[in-house]
Amino acid sequence: MSTLVEEKDKLPGWNRPPVIAPDGDGELLEVAMGPHHPSTHGVFRMDVALDGERVIRLKPVFGYLHRNHEKLGEGMSYLGSMPFTDRLDYMCPLTNNWAYALAVEKLTGQEVPERAEYLRVILGELTRVVNHASAIGFLIQEMGASGTPLMYAFKQREKILDLFEALTGARMMVNYMRFGGCRVDATPAWLADVRKVLDGLPQFADEFENLLRGNEILMARTQGVGILRPDLAVNAGVTGPMLRASGVNYDIRKVDGYGIYNRFKFRVPLGDHWDVYDRFMIRLLEMRESFGIIDQALKGIPAGPIMDPKAKLRGFRPKPGEAYGRIEGPKGELGFYLISDGGPNPYRYRIRPPSLINLTVLEDMCLGSNVADVVLIFGSVDIVLGEVDR
Amino acid sequence: LKTVEEIKAAIEAAVPGAGVEIVPNPSVSGQHSLRLAPSHACAVATFLRDDADLALDFLSNATGVDWPDKEVAEKVKVARTVTKTVDGAEQQVEETVEETRKHIVPGCLEAVYHLFSIARGHGPVVIRMKTVNRSDQVQLPSLTPIWRSAEFQEREIFDLFGIVFTGHPDLRRLLMWDEFKDHPMRRDYVEPDDFEYEPTAHDDVLKRAEAHRAKLSAAVTGQEGAGA
Repeated sequence: MSTLVEEKDKLPGWNRPPVIAPDGDGELLEVAMGPHHPSTHGVFRMDVALDGERVIRLKPVFGYLHRNHEKLGEGMSYLGSMPFTDRLDYMCPLTNNWAYALAVEKLTGQEVPERAEYLRVILGELTRVVNHASAIGFLIQEMGASGTPLMYAFKQREKILDLFEALTGARMMVNYMRFGGCRVDATPAWLADVRKVLDGLPQFADEFENLLRGNEILMARTQGVGILRPDLAVNAGVTGPMLRASGVNYDIRKVDGYGIYNRFKFRVPLGDHWDVYDRFMIRLLEMRESFGIIDQALKGIPAGPIMDPKAKLRGFRPKPGEAYGRIEGPKGELGFYLISDGGPNPYRYRIRPPSLINLTVLEDMCLGSNVADVVLIFGSVDIVLGEVDR
Repeated sequence: LKTVEEIKAAIEAAVPGAGVEIVPNPSVSGQHSLRLAPSHACAVATFLRDDADLALDFLSNATGVDWPDKEVAEKVKVARTVTKTVDGAEQQVEETVEETRKHIVPGCLEAVYHLFSIARGHGPVVIRMKTVNRSDQVQLPSLTPIWRSAEFQEREIFDLFGIVFTGHPDLRRLLMWDEFKDHPMRRDYVEPDDFEYEPTAHDDVLKRAEAHRAKLSAAVTGQEGAGA
């Protein structure tokens, strides 16, 4: 811990966190926030050096939930890893499935039928709503509003998880997507249920927004706190709502147009104050855009098969080569990098975790702010430890 | 986006002697990559980031790959002189024989980076670097000073693969604890016999634990015997 303060910057010129000189007598208090701090929703530690209330240095410590997921992936077949991707970011298993399926489809060139693409979009956007609503709920919870906002979010989350359960058989560990399609087809009754839930969502968003947006305490605590400059955000590989809250227009749904996203009309909300409040608002606005996408997808979903007829589930051996596939996950760019040597198992199976890489700038955002704000800034990054530590 | 050939030409024009090599990717993804010489990697990376046409300002993914030593069997045609009996008389005859020769392709560690451009919306451009071997010459230049997003990812590669990134501002283990010795993502990694840390040993672990205990007690009685 003592190196934490003495460590000076070894390299000139790199985009490093600024050095903050302590004032007063220079005596610093070193605190380990975590691994059981309630704000981390898991096991994560921040070693913080404090000068009074001010943060002088902050070093995140990872690995408490490390299980070497990538090594496990190399030891089993391509399909065998699919259920394990659910456990990465357990708040949004369906987008994890999608990213992995997309990477394998890039590697093998399998085609996904229309209906499966629509189902993927509907499920992916429902997942985004779940994630953003819960992320806001947790953020407000950490601010001290115990329970109420989080339960508002969880009420909707339950409805959406019921939909997931009806379709896939599981609320969270869904194991739903396959290379070249999806596992089971949706019935018309299920689609009608989605419509019913969707009809209730805008009202929820209004209620949620009215409850929080103009709240004085929330504004006082979050506005101007945890500012992330756009140039640093880009250089540090920050993605997702974090990046867009810093005013950078980069949404992989628009840029790559993977799946069938270029068929849908939606806007990309951007922040212009780059602070915690913007990150909170961006998530609210993105949720509303997701309602629109689900609505368009429900109107456009065609009948037809949900699996590529040429897709092989057993004895699946892609030709040697490599592929990197990525999607706009609710937390940022979720990518899978696969190398095949022609065998039944991937030679290399790598996950690009948005949660981990978004934390690169945690120190930069926290330096100089009060220790109470660290909890808020950390909450606004929105991470899940299952994905950070893999 | 330019093709890899065009990017290679652009790099070679900007950084003389860069030694860029195209690594073709036979898969349908068509994501071919460029292998950089470690000596010029930082200059090339800075060029890729700052060039107006490429503007690869976003390093998305950085990861390691382990390529262990591989034994390759090759069939070679060898000419040699053989003594043969032709028409009852011994003669020296030139003959071509096919022979299987085995040689070992030395392994290496590789770092792979996926670059995108947020400014221009294209990508990925894949760059990779290779270490000399897997044991003592595992240094590669760090790209963290150029793209900050490599900071944690290079720490992870160092941790799990054992590539030492020179110029990284804070190269420590990321996921494993500091006292940990090995690099778990290497292909030849053997998990240690840490059964004593498992509260309820069973199956294989229990057998190993018993064998270990037997070995220990044998060693202890052996020592006592020697002392007396």
